[in-house]
Amino acid sequence: MRAFTYERATTPEAAAGATLAEGAKFIAGGTNLLDLMKLDIERPSHLVDISRLDLKGITETEDGGLRVGALVTNTDLASDPRVKAGYGVLSRAIVAGASGQIRNKATTGGNLLQRARCSYFYDTNLPCNKREPGSGCAALTGLSRPLAVIGTSDACIAQHPSDMAVAMRVLDARVNTLQADGTERALALDDFYRLPGDTPHLETTLEAGELITGVTLPAPVGGTHVYRKVRDRASYAFALVSVAAIVNGRESRFAFGGVAPRPWRVEEAETAGAAAGPDARARAVINAAFADARPTEQNAFKVPLLRRTLTAVLEQASGEEK
Amino acid sequence: MSQTNARTPAPHPHQPSTQGVTLSVNGQEHSLTLDPRVTLLDTLREHLHLTGTKKGCDHGQCGACTVLVDGTRVLSCLTLAVMHDGQEVTTVEGLGTPDALHPLQDAFIRHDGYQCGYCTPGQLCSSVGTLDEIARGVPSHVTDDLDDVSFSAEELRERLSGNICRCAAYPNIIAAVSEVHAAQNGAATQEAAQ
Repeated sequence: MRAFTYERATTPEAAAGATLAEGAKFIAGGTNLLDLMKLDIERPSHLVDISRLDLKGITETEDGGLRVGALVTNTDLASDPRVKAGYGVLSRAIVAGASGQIRNKATTGGNLLQRARCSYFYDTNLPCNKREPGSGCAALTGLSRPLAVIGTSDACIAQHPSDMAVAMRVLDARVNTLQADGTERALALDDFYRLPGDTPHLETTLEAGELITGVTLPAPVGGTHVYRKVRDRASYAFALVSVAAIVNGRESRFAFGGVAPRPWRVEEAETAGAAAGPDARARAVINAAFADARPTEQNAFKVPLLRRTLTAVLEQASGEEK
Repeated sequence: MSQTNARTPAPHPHQPSTQGVTLSVNGQEHSLTLDPRVTLLDTLREHLHLTGTKKGCDHGQCGACTVLVDGTRVLSCLTLAVMHDGQEVTTVEGLGTPDALHPLQDAFIRHDGYQCGYCTPGQLCSSVGTLDEIARGVPSHVTDDLDDVSFSAEELRERLSGNICRCAAYPNIIAAVSEVHAAQNGAATQEAAQ
């Protein structure tokens, strides 16, 4: 690991100001950043430890939603009685990810910012436009089985790894931030995450020094909450595909993970085949939401797998609704 | 306040720096001066010579380095020691002693919950944390009802999935932890009845 200087931030404002400097980065749970630093992929020269800031609470908002502090751990968020009761899809998505030890450290803000798990991003001997802009993409002609099928570009086909963010997307969560000049922003996830285009190293619209202070969840949405994840082993693995769903007749919402550079949701596709049975409805939704998919030969299986997974989700939801 | 996004170099980026940190490890306080790069794992092993905690993959994938920080199980390889100033760390050496084993240590021995034993310290610390998490109602991926978190072998297997054992002593580990849970639960039930 390369040398860095370390400071512990005492206020969100001071933290934001401290990371205006080039090479400075926030650290909170550290479960992704330290791994990447050991591999010489992340190379901060200065770490601003935000882990003791007062951003660990979950509070109710005036419109009946929840404001989740950026430093709430994944375990605490998934275990909160209000989250379990009103946002089951979020609890389910969080506990589908990582291991207990990691969820005890990983934070809400950090989870949103975790970096790609593409094996070429991790291999510093091979080109990767996300790691070294302009160096090329070894995944395009390499082992692409786990990678994205939609929203990609000729520069990058890495998929977003978070389960939590897929549930946040289906819940219409907003990311609250504080900029170094004191400006606060609230960003919808689609405005927060960039698609790769020709700048895949720029993953979010955060500005230099901008600190995630929390996530706001709107008031609970009725319906059956399901998170279904398909992976190569039963536990402690990233998704090949995943579905976050709130099933409530024609008002149903679906977001998809493991298939795109950000949680993938196409609102216009959600009513497709709404009157049909699970199988036909899933086919209609996936056909509409993935019409622009450009899978590789190796990951073309993801679209039919996602269709079957959505069928299973709809069957599960109709079973629970009986 | 107006600030631009112009980037200036971070303070002293390439100068060696050290940081003071006080850790309470297994009930004993240690004041150390560390390079901020030093992980909690390396601090325990290389600076405090507590070699019970094992370095396996060093990348958060195997669970061998699991310890308890303020009572919660975490991976000591994926956290910096300087971030834990003032916090309580419990390693396998702090769970019990050869003369007074922790119930889980005793049960692991009786059920042969280890073969080479390298993963065992992490398995023990992870099991302590797991039983506490179930008691606190923390759900897992296999929990049917989010509001009714209860103990089962299936829950244990899922919750210990971050602790890899190449000898595959898993069935014996499940037996050992299940026995301790039953004993604790029986004791709790008796206390409640009195």
